[in-house]
Amino acid sequence: MEHTESAVRAACRAWLAANWDPNRGLIEWRNILIDSGWGAPAWPKRWYGLDLPVGLVPVVEEEMARIGAVGVAKAGIRVLASATILAHGSDLQKEKFLRRSMTGEDTWCQLFSEPGSGSDVAGAVTRAEMRGNHWVVNGQKVWTTSAHKADWGLLLARTDWDQRKHKGLSYFILDMKQPGVTVQPLRQMNGHASFNQVFITDALVPPEMLVANVGDGWEVTTTTLMHERRGADGLRSWAQASPRPERIYQEERAEIATVMEPYKWYPQRAGRVDLLMPRAIETGAIDDPVIRQDLAKLLTMAKSAEWTARRARAAQEQGRPQGPEGSLGKLAASHIARAAARLHTAISGANALLTGPDSPHTGTIAEILVSVPATSIAGGTDEIQRNIIAERVLKMPREPSIDSDRPFRDVPRNTVR
Amino acid sequence: MKFSFSAEQDEFRGNLRRLLAERMPTKEVRRLMETATGWEREGWRQLDIALGLSAIAIPEEHGGYGFGFAELCIVLEEFGRALVPAPFLATALAARAILHGGSEADRASLLPAIAAGDTIATLASAEDAGTWAAAATSLTATQSGDGFRLDGHKSFVIDGAAADLILVLARAPGSTGEDGLSLFAADATAPGLTRTNLPVMDPTRRLARLTFTAVPARLLGTAGEAAAPYRRTMMEAAAALANEMVGGAERLREDALAYAMMRMQFGRTIASFQSMKHKQADMLLEVELAKSAAYYAAAAIDEGDEDAEAVASLAKAGAADAYLQTAIHAIQIHGGIGFTWDNDTHLWFKRAKSSEVLFGDGQHHREIMMRNWAA
Repeated sequence: MEHTESAVRAACRAWLAANWDPNRGLIEWRNILIDSGWGAPAWPKRWYGLDLPVGLVPVVEEEMARIGAVGVAKAGIRVLASATILAHGSDLQKEKFLRRSMTGEDTWCQLFSEPGSGSDVAGAVTRAEMRGNHWVVNGQKVWTTSAHKADWGLLLARTDWDQRKHKGLSYFILDMKQPGVTVQPLRQMNGHASFNQVFITDALVPPEMLVANVGDGWEVTTTTLMHERRGADGLRSWAQASPRPERIYQEERAEIATVMEPYKWYPQRAGRVDLLMPRAIETGAIDDPVIRQDLAKLLTMAKSAEWTARRARAAQEQGRPQGPEGSLGKLAASHIARAAARLHTAISGANALLTGPDSPHTGTIAEILVSVPATSIAGGTDEIQRNIIAERVLKMPREPSIDSDRPFRDVPRNTVR
Repeated sequence: MKFSFSAEQDEFRGNLRRLLAERMPTKEVRRLMETATGWEREGWRQLDIALGLSAIAIPEEHGGYGFGFAELCIVLEEFGRALVPAPFLATALAARAILHGGSEADRASLLPAIAAGDTIATLASAEDAGTWAAAATSLTATQSGDGFRLDGHKSFVIDGAAADLILVLARAPGSTGEDGLSLFAADATAPGLTRTNLPVMDPTRRLARLTFTAVPARLLGTAGEAAAPYRRTMMEAAAALANEMVGGAERLREDALAYAMMRMQFGRTIASFQSMKHKQADMLLEVELAKSAAYYAAAAIDEGDEDAEAVASLAKAGAADAYLQTAIHAIQIHGGIGFTWDNDTHLWFKRAKSSEVLFGDGQHHREIMMRNWAA
């Protein structure tokens, strides 16, 4: 197959015509899709892909959408897990995890943040020690979305306290379904509980579940975080369940309902820019000249951010690697969410204060107001994004460091003083 | 919609940027802005002809190269970046007015000389009120024999004192609103036309006030039908100026960054302070957002997108805010030296301010967006 749009389109269409059958089971179909390479066409041929340039992936997506073919599982942390394992994992790890992540059989969570290391992720003090022929892990993680459902966790832990801060970390794949792992939900200010605290007490990790080498933990974590920030550019479409009757759609609907549960307030977190115009028209606020100006300002920012993300994606599709530009989109998304929440307040007035079924849009407006503050914190605060933009994109000098020039055991502990 | 430039467009931009860096250093900008017209006809003609700039977006059948609006905007972005004092924007917009408002015969008679770089033209629509809204036109056109006579005034006319050809928006006596509007072409040497340079804050963009006393002029297109082509021209003016503005904003951002990397205080470069880094990150975000909107607007015009008018206004309003904010930050980053005449920052600051107002400010353009999108 030539790497041209027409050749890829024709090949994909022909393969789907011969293989797509909505009466198959979801896992059965996804295994067929994965074996063909059309499930992850930009991945290497050796690992379930077709070595397709990233720029041609939308062609495959269009062909699948055209006939309603179900794709591989993509919701949740699994995408970050797959990208990280593909980049840094061993062949054994790729064999064990990539396929089951794409079929949806395995679900994942990310165990990076700790009570004492939020922005300073590299300050992690969860420890992993080699005892006998296993790594033994002890510590506490937090802000862990879907930890209660996850089969596997992407774990950042300290393996060497005599090394400098960033050098003493290692990256593991932790089996979440073991006695040493306890998950407790964490209730948020908007009433939802999609995050968890994870207590790890003498949990075991076999040596082959170390990703890359001992001491490479920070480098591998950076890969995961870059993919996470890239996903915050506002272009991600939320998994939509098809209402069609065949077996595969029934199974997909059930999967989406489960997987998307923790994310159901995420559209509100982003500010619901889509609801502003209808609400302004519905309430009559659209005739207020101040509201009109503010709405136009917000649309200017939101549309410009979308076009910026598309420019970045177009550049990437032309072969430039994923870089820290993702931080620009994430920072823009914070500004947009905050401005949208303020404008929703102005448009809905006192009604914005009401929750529950009789309130505007059954509580959605109020939920926006109490969900937006998460946007500028989760996945790296606005302040950290600005540091990343300044240091990595603009090449400005790093802050003088007082904690990375000595053995980590001599560094003052992160805490609240 | 395309979200990247073609290899040919990138190469064209690269060549233009290199040439302008060589021929139009700030020293030359400063020399030209002290001259009577703000630019020199012979110098501009050489640059124009060498690169075929005035011909770029004029159709091939009228002596141009027939490139799109996007290519015109690439030139403007680079001109905004280098702050080139030249009658390029004025002439390009006058050509768009002829393209949209003129008859086939008008286009055939006026565009070739513009494409060849022989005619410097400008569009005169705003009057003393300083609004570019067609309905605010008060200058009248009265039929006289087989021609027309123009009476009234125009103001804030870009390069109006030096242009050879003036495109004038005028109304039939007694008409109101957007009815009775027509587009006319008047020769700069026509009897009854007086042109006065306005004392402008931004010396790199000259504005003039023109008074018309029975000035003979030629009707372009159909009498009374100029409102729609004028609206289209102003949509393009907004998108064009947005592209010029993002060029200037990016240059300011880069210069301020270079200065911060070099300026030492407290034993370290000021670029190493987090307050500076966060400011620069915010500046990059604002400029990149404005660039995306400006590029999108140019593409939307080329593709005849139904949202083009709203998008052009969005780009103009966004670029104006980003340019001015970047200029304010740039002066602040330079500190005291940034407030001096010798430092170059104020040249772009003034262009940012004049561009914000020209063709309607942010508030005006945001209202155009809302009229398109909120029904």
